[in-house]
Amino acid sequence: MSTRMKELLTVAVIAVVSVILYLGKVQGWMTGFSFSPTVSYIVIAIITLALLYILYRTIQGKLVDRRTVFVFVAVGVSLPFFMSISQKMPISPEVQQLYEAVAELPPGSKVLVSFDYDPPSAPELQPMAQAFLQYAMRHDLKLIIMGLWPQGPQQANMALEVALADPEIVAKNLEYGVDYVNMGFQVGNEFVIQRMGSDFKSMFPTDYSGHPYEELPLLKNIRNFSNIDFSFNLSAGYPGTQEWVQVAVDRYGLKMGAGNTAVQAPMIYPFLNAGQLNGLLGGMNGAAEFERTVGLLGKGTRFMLSQSFAHVIVIAFILIGNVAFFLGDRKKNQ
Amino acid sequence: MDHFAVWIAAFLTMGIVSFLYKDNPWYKLSEAIFVGISAGYWFIALFWDSIYSKFWLGKEADPFLWVGVFLGVLMLLRLIPKIGWISRWPLAFIVGCTSGLYLINFLASNLMRQVQATIQPLFGPDFGASLYAAVGSIVIVVGTFSGLVYFFFSKEHKGAFGATAKLGIWFIMITFGASFGYTVMSRMSLLIGRIDFLLTDWLGLIR
Repeated sequence: MSTRMKELLTVAVIAVVSVILYLGKVQGWMTGFSFSPTVSYIVIAIITLALLYILYRTIQGKLVDRRTVFVFVAVGVSLPFFMSISQKMPISPEVQQLYEAVAELPPGSKVLVSFDYDPPSAPELQPMAQAFLQYAMRHDLKLIIMGLWPQGPQQANMALEVALADPEIVAKNLEYGVDYVNMGFQVGNEFVIQRMGSDFKSMFPTDYSGHPYEELPLLKNIRNFSNIDFSFNLSAGYPGTQEWVQVAVDRYGLKMGAGNTAVQAPMIYPFLNAGQLNGLLGGMNGAAEFERTVGLLGKGTRFMLSQSFAHVIVIAFILIGNVAFFLGDRKKNQ
Repeated sequence: MDHFAVWIAAFLTMGIVSFLYKDNPWYKLSEAIFVGISAGYWFIALFWDSIYSKFWLGKEADPFLWVGVFLGVLMLLRLIPKIGWISRWPLAFIVGCTSGLYLINFLASNLMRQVQATIQPLFGPDFGASLYAAVGSIVIVVGTFSGLVYFFFSKEHKGAFGATAKLGIWFIMITFGASFGYTVMSRMSLLIGRIDFLLTDWLGLIR
């Protein structure tokens, strides 16, 4: 059988299996499964042994194909979804700081939440957004939501949907325009923040759905940042946390916490150390820690096991790669 | 409709992932769809959010917006080679305004506040609060100073100066390492997000 035929056959098998599984999900005769803790540990042992075997082969001079690395990462990321073991997670000071800053806000405080990201960054930032909105709503904080990225307000609506389905929040009968409002997206990057420093309404004459600013009771007494008690910025790049710090925090004295993608977090830490930020959530780890701190376990916590596995596999392959490199170097010298 | 959307998303996700095996038509199709839709989305988003909502709806409220439109039209003159040089005017305006604004923002937030935060702990009341705080403050000052010395090329890196520069490169490497770790975490998060979609929303395998 030719390679092309084998490839087509593999794709066909995957397609058929996928259709069967999907039908099973839709019809309800396939409800999913999970490993018991014992099976989970056996799976971990098998992955470890396989890595050791690759290391052994490398020492023998037999290098692995790059696709083996991809398969390991895929397996390492996928299998933890089925495992029923928990992972220890100490709470870092920056996450604790954000929690304390939000927890000390009295009920009725006005919190500005800016969604400055789009779907590609959702796996990291959406769990933070959900946990934050849910916690804020449970504690009767008034939420004013906006976005400096076009897809931000849509991400906000998805997070709101999850938060509003929480039975404790349903019981509160929260009302749009009174308890929370989504002002939508405004083009202009940091210049929007600058204008908001003097007049919110000039940047958001209507909300996301087109309701005029003055018809929304929550916004009635809000003119600029001086009427905001706390701000939380979810950012995946430019414009994002840095611009908020430069304009809203340093110029207008807004009190702010931030949640960032892991790529961005190292650039934001200096702002935290300088006291310009009141807490920081960095990447999925930050999301998981925040979920744990506020007691609302969600996707951040669920994803962390996969994240840890992936890191271990990446570190293992870095070591294997170094072994291969140094052994190759030694052979060349001989 | 939901079923259709989930299958399309799964088809495109698998198409992109298939590149890891080797370059193939499925990947090329998914990539082309992604690039095309992204370009179309941004064009439409910017048209409705900038030109329509700012200029078309707001032109009566704020006649100053005509200045922006005028500069925008000048920018488009680049398409006519004979008078393309005029497009340098709006560019000069943008560069000038942005530099002026950024100079203040970066000087205040990214330079002065950071210098203050670096030096102050050594003289502040928190310095003696704990051994951890004291060592941390010293490490930050030493790391910043030696890192800056490494980038000072007007003097040969020899003797004490060279040793400080060498220490600086160690700090820089550790910083890059931390940054790399965070980048790995971020990229893995994206993969985890897609695998969660495939296993949960598409196939419903996870209980």
